[in-house]
Amino acid sequence: MPQIEVKDVSLVYDTPSGQVQGVKDANFTMEASEFLCLVGPSGCGKSTLLNIIAGFLAPTAGEILIGGKAISGHGLDRGVVFQDFAQLFPWRTALGNVAFGLEMKGVPKQERDEIAMQQLRLVKLERFANSYPHHLSGGMQQRVAIARALAYNPAVLLMDEPFAALDALTRDDMQRLLADVWRETRKTIIYVTHNVAEAVYLADRVVVMTPHPGTVKTEVPIALKRPRDPLSHEFLDYQKQLLQDLGEGVSKAA
Amino acid sequence: MSTITTADAGLAAKPATSAMRIRLRSYRRAAVSILLAAAIYEALARAGMFAPALLPTIPTILRTLFSMLADGTMVWHASYTLYRVLFGFGLAMTLGIPLGILMARFRRVENFFLPLVSALMPIPSFSLLPLFLLWFGIGNMTTILIVFYASTFPILFNTWSGVRSVNPLWLRAAGAMGADEHKMFWKVIIPGASPFIITGMRQGFLRSWIAVIGAEMIAASQWGLGWVIFDSKEFLSTDIMLASVAVIGFIGFVFERVVFGALERATVQRWGMVRIAKG
Repeated sequence: MPQIEVKDVSLVYDTPSGQVQGVKDANFTMEASEFLCLVGPSGCGKSTLLNIIAGFLAPTAGEILIGGKAISGHGLDRGVVFQDFAQLFPWRTALGNVAFGLEMKGVPKQERDEIAMQQLRLVKLERFANSYPHHLSGGMQQRVAIARALAYNPAVLLMDEPFAALDALTRDDMQRLLADVWRETRKTIIYVTHNVAEAVYLADRVVVMTPHPGTVKTEVPIALKRPRDPLSHEFLDYQKQLLQDLGEGVSKAA
Repeated sequence: MSTITTADAGLAAKPATSAMRIRLRSYRRAAVSILLAAAIYEALARAGMFAPALLPTIPTILRTLFSMLADGTMVWHASYTLYRVLFGFGLAMTLGIPLGILMARFRRVENFFLPLVSALMPIPSFSLLPLFLLWFGIGNMTTILIVFYASTFPILFNTWSGVRSVNPLWLRAAGAMGADEHKMFWKVIIPGASPFIITGMRQGFLRSWIAVIGAEMIAASQWGLGWVIFDSKEFLSTDIMLASVAVIGFIGFVFERVVFGALERATVQRWGMVRIAKG
């Protein structure tokens, strides 16, 4: 049985200028521990779809099953990482941020600090446990956010362009780090990005979405062994193929 | 991954002494301004343009101040005034902060209270003083209520604005991590709105401090800084008046700079939610 099933999910927005179809009949399934990237141009509904899976938005049609059960609202089975650095609580240290979910679960202080420390070690930030977010760089803040989303041990990690606001060099480091974290934790990850190279580097499978309305156009399994070499022919071939898939979608819509 | 860790090494360790130096410098600047203003006053008082009874020199004022401190009367006046302020201000926070949060969180509460707040806020607290005098007579009740009225609205209004400007991402992240309504309130909304809440408390305190002096002039008997100033005019005791004014200024300054300043440094400044002006 697949771990996540997205079944005929649609979402219609009410805007002042009428109804807008954000997502239309999205369908895909995921196995446990799979790394899936949702790729598409801006406005294709990929972030909206992620927010529906996270439970922040309710679909107007269709349903999402996690472990065979339909979700309603957000839950501790899913951890979420956003693009904006400001997602961390500025009044809590890195450790305090990571421990937040455990605190909500009622885990005693000493135990949750220990777990939070392990998570910080996983993202190589244990030395900054007592720093407040405003003393950390953007990349470090995003790593704290990843540790925070993993700390209460959700089965699924949902990531909405978490590295899009970082410079290219830091982004490369972050992608390597995320690949390591995924290998160690074996989480099921849905990762939204508009960056094709990023998708080929990270994903087991790429779901390509096209806008107006936001639909799943095609799925591309990435059959490259890890760690992947972004300069290899095969890597570039995958990039080319994805860009083609995206390009067709965009020109058709335009 | 070694590239990441080495790049990070220089960050986060900020010089701890710079904040201390900035604070010392600001104290020094404040002292210079105050001393200069005092010198100008002293020159005027000695110039002989006004009767010394109307414009006492600073040494005369200081002598009066010290003798009133020594015999305890000034301490009593200040204590009464502080008691009324803190009582009224405490009530204002007890009402203003929760109501401000409720207004920002629940549309119905906002719909009901916002017109009331908008109508009551511009009314100066002193305009209610005669009414309160008739209802409650001379004494603590009236003065405390005037303080309460004066400081509630800035606290309420700032809290309301603060909660409305809490970053929605924090709420989303906390919700995803299983925060219930109660935890959301204490662990996210209150700290998230704290820069505004502290600003509201500062403004509220300032308003109470102003209101209490006026209220005491009319609605207090025997004790209170406002009362002693007003009473001194019967005896032409300008030195007592100015000594009391100095005490009022001093206590106000201590609260504004030391109490609220320390509160800000320990919270929103430390968290990087507000910054010290540079340059």
